[in-house]
Amino acid sequence: MSTDNQTTPIEDGEADAESNPEIDTAELQALRERVEEVEESLAEADLGDDQKKMTIVATQGSFDMAYPPLILASTAAAFGWEVVVFHTFWGLDILHEEKSKDLKLSAVGNPNMPVPNAVAALPGMDTMATKMMQKKIDDNGTATIEELIDLSLESGVDLQACQMTIELMDYDEDDFHDGVTTGVGAATALQHMAESDIQLLV
Amino acid sequence: MSSEYQSTETLDVKGQSCPMPIVKTKQAIDELEAGDVLEVVATDSGSMSDIRGWADGTDGVELLEQVEGDDIYTHYVKKTE
Repeated sequence: MSTDNQTTPIEDGEADAESNPEIDTAELQALRERVEEVEESLAEADLGDDQKKMTIVATQGSFDMAYPPLILASTAAAFGWEVVVFHTFWGLDILHEEKSKDLKLSAVGNPNMPVPNAVAALPGMDTMATKMMQKKIDDNGTATIEELIDLSLESGVDLQACQMTIELMDYDEDDFHDGVTTGVGAATALQHMAESDIQLLV
Repeated sequence: MSSEYQSTETLDVKGQSCPMPIVKTKQAIDELEAGDVLEVVATDSGSMSDIRGWADGTDGVELLEQVEGDDIYTHYVKKTE
């Protein structure tokens, strides 16, 4: 570019800015830095979007209902998703160290049971139904609840126990499996749900 | 059962059902290096769809091949990064 080219200034941005009294160099530099910052934060936001999040609210504590949240949570963790399972009401029993070993299937109220409700309501029928289901689970090579809890915790799933229901049920924070998050409530659950791609109530 | 892929490691999940084949595959892949190929041997027929779905939805892995035998389902998963 020749130096006597001042009459046609649209040749080089830098030289143009320097020669143009409307834009000073410092301002241009500041703008460039700002564009870089915005590009960087955009790149970070894109990365954030790739990370899928799932929040499950587990409210049921029967033997059969303990499975769906744990299976979905451990599988989602295998996908590399960030997973929170918020356990409340009877769902707390899934995380309770003692009670989780003794979750029962209800023989009553399930029309798929091979016995009528009148018989299913007899003492011991829940235990029998649970034993039958446990045997089926063993025969099928389905994981135990214990295994799924351990797997979920190992793979970074945040298993949360609702503080209000811990107190309501007269449980102690130490009653739960190691690694379970306590001291959380509805607001925490909602916050996770709001940030999640998938929200499930089980 | 043979494959053109040279697998680095074999994971035996025979007799185990959902979600174990996926969860164990993920754990085994985590132990491998980029470029390694994991052979997963399963008896769960659902693993055909599940391994495919998991590999599609997971960064850093590529499903090379799935072989359906007599009640045996073999999957070859490559760790790409």
